[in-house]
Amino acid sequence: MASVNRKVLPGFSLTLGYTVFYLGLLVLLPITAVFVKAGSLSLHDFWGAVWTERARAAYLLTFGTSFVAALVNVLLGGLIAWVLTRYTFPGKRIIDALVDLPLALPTAVGGLVYASLYVENGWLGRFLVPLGIRGAYTRLGIVLVLVFVGLPFVVRTVQPVLADIDPEAEEASSSLGATRWQTFAFVILPTLFPALITGFALAFARSIGEYGSVVFISGNMPFKTEIAPILIVARLEEFAYGEATAIAVVLLVISFSMLLVINFLESWSRRHDR
Amino acid sequence: MTVETAEVRDAPRAKSAATKIRRAQQDPAWLRWSLTGLAVAVVGVLIVLPVANVFAGALAEGAAVYWKNLVDDPDTRHAIGLTLTVVPIAVTANVVFGVAAAWAIARFSFPGRTLLTALIDLPFSVSPVVAGLMFVLIFGLQGYFGAFLRRDGYAIMPYLVAALLVLLLAVAYFVFRPSHPRARRGLWKTPPLGLAFVFATVFVLLVLGQQAFEVWPANKSLKIIFATPGLVLATAFVTFPFVARELIPVMNAIGADEELAALSLGANGWQMFWHVTVPNVKWGLVYGIILCNARAMGEFGAVYVVSGHIAGETDTMPLRIEKLFQEYNMPGSFAVASVLTLLAILTLVVKRKLEDRIPQSEQGRRTGAHP
Repeated sequence: MASVNRKVLPGFSLTLGYTVFYLGLLVLLPITAVFVKAGSLSLHDFWGAVWTERARAAYLLTFGTSFVAALVNVLLGGLIAWVLTRYTFPGKRIIDALVDLPLALPTAVGGLVYASLYVENGWLGRFLVPLGIRGAYTRLGIVLVLVFVGLPFVVRTVQPVLADIDPEAEEASSSLGATRWQTFAFVILPTLFPALITGFALAFARSIGEYGSVVFISGNMPFKTEIAPILIVARLEEFAYGEATAIAVVLLVISFSMLLVINFLESWSRRHDR
Repeated sequence: MTVETAEVRDAPRAKSAATKIRRAQQDPAWLRWSLTGLAVAVVGVLIVLPVANVFAGALAEGAAVYWKNLVDDPDTRHAIGLTLTVVPIAVTANVVFGVAAAWAIARFSFPGRTLLTALIDLPFSVSPVVAGLMFVLIFGLQGYFGAFLRRDGYAIMPYLVAALLVLLLAVAYFVFRPSHPRARRGLWKTPPLGLAFVFATVFVLLVLGQQAFEVWPANKSLKIIFATPGLVLATAFVTFPFVARELIPVMNAIGADEELAALSLGANGWQMFWHVTVPNVKWGLVYGIILCNARAMGEFGAVYVVSGHIAGETDTMPLRIEKLFQEYNMPGSFAVASVLTLLAILTLVVKRKLEDRIPQSEQGRRTGAHP
């Protein structure tokens, strides 16, 4: 820890003051504004905004698709992390780098290209649509883009934990007569579990707020493919600021609780590591 | 015996230290190759295919049409220009903040430091749409400052400029002041109270100057939402944590020894900062800027809410993609998307190159959740 006497190094009050000032102005003040605005609604209005049938359908869809996408991400991300840490193969470095692409690619580009891949005459849609699998303008499409967006979170959480697993544990297990599968299920998986859960939570948290990619592929039909952030925008476009704010507060409270859960999980998995 | 033969057989594969795999960790070849194949296929379908499709879609009607889509459409041209205006401002603001925050958090201990570090990450867990909504609630027509901004918005300008000037003066004072009290002569001896007096004078002069000369128009509405300032605010909010997040662990890892040495040899704050701190953390800083820039260029949700979608006025590149998509102008939409995709690929390449240069003692950077 590099904390130094304030009398020796310059700039403590200046930098801390500016940090708090900028943080307060750009982040805390706007967040407060949302809660103040929501607080100015009567309980009846607030409830009327956040608990309409359309809003309930939107929450259900947001959580449902985010949950499924995060689950898929745990499977696929776990697989990719496993392959990247355990095996060597030509092109491994490129695959490793490509995993980060969803973080660098604008969400709008992701949504646009996924929408056009899975439509009837798209590269994948022309094979899938005849089979009855419609990836564009359906709930499946929302899950697909959320899997794309959340994939790096799981891979990058699991990868370092997997790399740090002590080979002796596996050796001990196999020398005691465990099969490879038993070693995986009873030795490796329990060690990875906290990381997998953390990755799940991160992907899930990201998916709940996702807007840019979903708006392209979902078709945004109320009750069917309208997620909560899209509902907020719809309310804003009707100039129903109060209702939009009420739904935003629900999303904010959920995101902040997710943040607490993630922090707890991360400290848990760090404890687990040692 | 079997152990040895297995190791000999796999020797070429286990060359690098990082991938040294012992017998007990070795999966059978069929499993290895099928899992690898599966993983490559997943990355192929989820990531490579979409990227290829962006370029195929952009070039579907030939390179000439592609170029025309990018430069001949005045709205697209304006969107590119607007993105190139908004992003540097937002990124610069966040770089200044990131350096200040990293200095305060990584070099000093103070009550509430953990809380402050946690608060810096807060924007990552706010949905972009909600972030945009926040600024609409504050600066929008029906917002808290809406009526005031509409009536006499430019009245805040003298205060804003004065605050900025005072901040710059304060920075200059603290940064150029000789580090050793005995080396301080003349002006540097000015006690903080005298300094505060100078600042107050600057402030009052600017406000009075505005009243006397009307540098900024009076009784004119200042647009923040549905205009460039709103875009900057929303972008800055969404990309707020990037630079600070990258710099704090790097500064922690490097430690303050060299800075202390510089100071003890008589450097002032400015010299220490430019000759010791910046060279030490420069790759971490560049890393943060690269990520911040990529996210700022591609930001959609927050900007969507505050922009108002006025074509040729408040459409940034990602918003232009959406508008062209709604107009069924797919080649045009993909043309803009291809530019942003190239930027994303470039970001990844630079990021990879930088990762080898940044001190890696810090845990949790790569695991770091956030981009």
